[in-house]
Amino acid sequence: MKYLDEYRDGERAQQLAREIHRLTTQPWNIMEVCGGQTHAIVKFGIDELLPKHITLIHGPGCPVCVTPLEIIDKALEIAARPGVIFSSFGDMLRVPGSTTDLLSVKAKGGDVRIVYSPLDAVKLAEQNPAKEIVFFGVGFETTAPATAMAVYQAAQKGLKNFSMLISHVLVPPAMEALLSSPNCKVQGFLAAGHVCTVMGYEEYPPIAAKYHVPIVVTGFEPLDILQGVLMVVQQLESGRAEVENQYTRSVRREGNQPAQELIRKVFKVVPRKWRGVGEIPQSGLGLNDAYTAFDAEKKFGLADHHVEEPTECLSGLVLQGQIKPHECPAFGTRCTPEHPLGATMVSSEGACAAYYRYRRF
Amino acid sequence: MKPNKNFAPACPIPISQYPHVLMAHGGGGKLMHQLIGKMFLTAFGNTLLEMQHDSAVVGWTGKTLAFTTDSYVVRPLFFPGGDIGSMAVHGTVNDLAMSGARPVYLSAAFIIEEGLPMDTLWRVVCSMRDGAQRCGVQIITGDTKVVDKGKGDGLFINTAGIGIIEYRNTGLVIAPKTVRPGDAVLVSGDLGRHGMAIMAVREGLQFESTIESDSAPVHEIVLELLKAGIEIHCLRDLTRGGLASALNEIAEGASVRIEIVEKSVPVREDVHAACEMLGLDPLHVACEGRFIAFIAAKDAERALQIMRGHAMGTGSAAIGRVAESSAPLVTLKSAIGANRILDMPSGEQLPRIC
Repeated sequence: MKYLDEYRDGERAQQLAREIHRLTTQPWNIMEVCGGQTHAIVKFGIDELLPKHITLIHGPGCPVCVTPLEIIDKALEIAARPGVIFSSFGDMLRVPGSTTDLLSVKAKGGDVRIVYSPLDAVKLAEQNPAKEIVFFGVGFETTAPATAMAVYQAAQKGLKNFSMLISHVLVPPAMEALLSSPNCKVQGFLAAGHVCTVMGYEEYPPIAAKYHVPIVVTGFEPLDILQGVLMVVQQLESGRAEVENQYTRSVRREGNQPAQELIRKVFKVVPRKWRGVGEIPQSGLGLNDAYTAFDAEKKFGLADHHVEEPTECLSGLVLQGQIKPHECPAFGTRCTPEHPLGATMVSSEGACAAYYRYRRF
Repeated sequence: MKPNKNFAPACPIPISQYPHVLMAHGGGGKLMHQLIGKMFLTAFGNTLLEMQHDSAVVGWTGKTLAFTTDSYVVRPLFFPGGDIGSMAVHGTVNDLAMSGARPVYLSAAFIIEEGLPMDTLWRVVCSMRDGAQRCGVQIITGDTKVVDKGKGDGLFINTAGIGIIEYRNTGLVIAPKTVRPGDAVLVSGDLGRHGMAIMAVREGLQFESTIESDSAPVHEIVLELLKAGIEIHCLRDLTRGGLASALNEIAEGASVRIEIVEKSVPVREDVHAACEMLGLDPLHVACEGRFIAFIAAKDAERALQIMRGHAMGTGSAAIGRVAESSAPLVTLKSAIGANRILDMPSGEQLPRIC
């Protein structure tokens, strides 16, 4: 397929791998931030082509995985109510809350629907004026413009039966949180190409300078990732810590400004809890004061409550890159995609699910 | 005027006084008999069905018979490249073919939701009639139930089938346990078209081209392979769960490792693009007219030529081989040359966030 096969060329991949081998003189830990990159690394076996002493640490960039248990429980509570159509991206449906998941709520009669875009949820609200339509707004900066557009359009149309349960998160604060942790092993980053397509990469130079880490904005195909690793290794080996852009076919330094404007119009930056990581200041998006009428938590009067994660699930350590998925004692035994203990085993972008699907030799 | 295949002048809806199916059409009374007599018998008519017993009794001494059944639930009922009727025929015919049988007889059981337009039902029935004709099978018994509105999804169909196993040239049973290390794995065409065709219409996704289902009968290819004396060890049609599920089932049944080369697996560009967009793996997506064949290495090349020579198998390809293993396993050599597991999908495939 055009624009895809070119980036999966086996021979070119081997060339890049050889170049990385030639340059690498010592062990390096590189974190790929985005779950899409983790998925590609494990699916294509990219790490198998790398020198043994380059360790890829799988970052917290899977929106499904980091959505906190409390929010999932709120989603389950709203979805079970009569008169509600609860709409969500497909891969949120299997994520376990404290007691159940959205697929089970659906089986018990809850009206839970998969949509491909938040704007489809707005359409649902127009088509079903007697129902309350709630959209589960999760994701990073990548999906934030679409969520913002849905809220904006609902406001323009004067829809009273539309609201959003929002758990949007931001990548740069999470990178900083990881870097400031005393046991951080990360020496270089592959930044998430799609996040930067929207946001650009002007936020990164201060982080690269403060923590002296190279950051390379990287795409998602095997050749993108190998080239990203090569660029990070080149910097590490020469002692540089700069921000570079591998994903030039999609990312501009300033990003997509109309999309950013829309995000600023609808959202404000708020503190946000990340599942398995904890609360990170200034790391989430919440609705601006002008749009609070679309806040499902307020509309349905949901109380804040604190839920303890199952202690057996070590997804927090996985998301922080402290352990590899298969190093968790529950991996593949008491925790499988059919019976997940944590979200990292559910989403196709979750590190545990990726290891389970592709790596059980 | 363009002739309408389903409503040709010679083929009007045989029941005109009821534009919609009523509960009574499944109630066992007059209306049901009218439905069966005027619609099903008109379409499928043959001496055995005309007996109208609860079961058709067929004596065949000295023959080896294959018998299978499958229920068909698909929304929408009509989709690009097929419909529930043709699917219900092809699916059961293919199930029979997978044991090396020549399909001979099918049953057809209809579970109809109250209120289904009668002409919709007739279109499906005509499609089944045409499918059966094409496959050389007769529909010789059936059942009709009508369920309350809201209790069904328009129409569910169950078909059962009987086939005769005529070729026993190797003395081997066509089943997973016959699979041996060294066997070649062949697939009869490109993957994933049915699943993506259904998803595109169901979810209103618009791609540049219309993806048509691959729904088709494959028994003729299998019979040709058998006639040519090809040593077939196992056959499996690729329906729900796609290639990945079928391979895993066979690896499990045969206790072998199956090694697949990703680059050699045929997937059409539009299907590939749609899967990429939705975050789905074409190897997990359903087909309705494709099968995999495990063939003794000595016959692999000849088998591939025979498959490619058939209209339903022009896109056939050799995609891998069977190896020794202490535990059942399916591996895939990725586009960049690294190995990974090809797992069975867990539950329904759900489109990704981004």
